[in-house]
Amino acid sequence: MLLIYCPYCEIERAETEFRCGGEAHIARPSDPEKTTDDDWVEFLYMRSNTKGIAAERWRHIHGCGRFFNAVRDTVSDEFLKIYKTGEAKPDLEALAREAGK
Amino acid sequence: MSDLLASDLITPDAGEPPLLGLASVSILKVAPLARFSFRARTASLKKAGTAFGVPLPVKPLTSETTAKRAALWMGPDEWTLLAPEEDLQAVITGIGSKLGNEPHALVDVSDRSEAVIVTGEKAAWLLNTGIFVDLSQETFPVGTVTRTLFHKAPVMIWRIGPDAFVVEAWGSFMDYVAGLLVQCAQELEAA
Ligand SMILES: [Zn+2]
Repeated sequence: MLLIYCPYCEIERAETEFRCGGEAHIARPSDPEKTTDDDWVEFLYMRSNTKGIAAERWRHIHGCGRFFNAVRDTVSDEFLKIYKTGEAKPDLEALAREAGK
Repeated sequence: MSDLLASDLITPDAGEPPLLGLASVSILKVAPLARFSFRARTASLKKAGTAFGVPLPVKPLTSETTAKRAALWMGPDEWTLLAPEEDLQAVITGIGSKLGNEPHALVDVSDRSEAVIVTGEKAAWLLNTGIFVDLSQETFPVGTVTRTLFHKAPVMIWRIGPDAFVVEAWGSFMDYVAGLLVQCAQELEAA
């Protein structure tokens, strides 16, 4: 079973306590009135669906309940970095190089 | 059970027969409690703790207790507060008046969940039949509290003594949780 570190509980827990919340760092349009239909489509539906190193939202739903972000290799399932909501998106290429990918 | 945490708060329900009574582990229903879900920002915690009667823990997965109060860490801005049933209104007015207009949420969730006490030398073993958490005393000392999964049901487990745990589940899940605990304990009898 995959173990995932929760940055709020500060502990590793079984993956069954977590849910993946899809791609991270997708900002909601700040002015909905002025947002075009195409931009809404982009925001709501278009995802990069990376094969490899990707930043994702995760939620410790059966624990503290909080959302956090994680960089995961979608091929090997290896977590390369876990960070709290609101912290800046890490340099994915640098993380990949560090991990020898 | 006076050596356990919050011993005047977490008491067996006298009207209920034990769900399980083996030499190595027993399961007892907990008498009704006042339960609150409390959410607030860091700046309000000190006041809230003073009003409630026990400080709100900020260290993850820990609890603070007196005989009649328990504040359980649920998340970085979320606590479960436990008090005797008759103190329900006093807690609401106490915290409400102390915090005034400071943003916070205090919700009475007394009837949302039910609790059982699992005690005995095999208590941790029994919980581990359905919970993937290391319950050794080094990593899960007395006072540790967490939400997790028991098989497929969300539960809260709280260690109130070296061999004693409170297991709380939402009302409609308790038959499933208690039923599976009792069923898993049959393995102990068979051995
Ligand atoms: Zn957590």
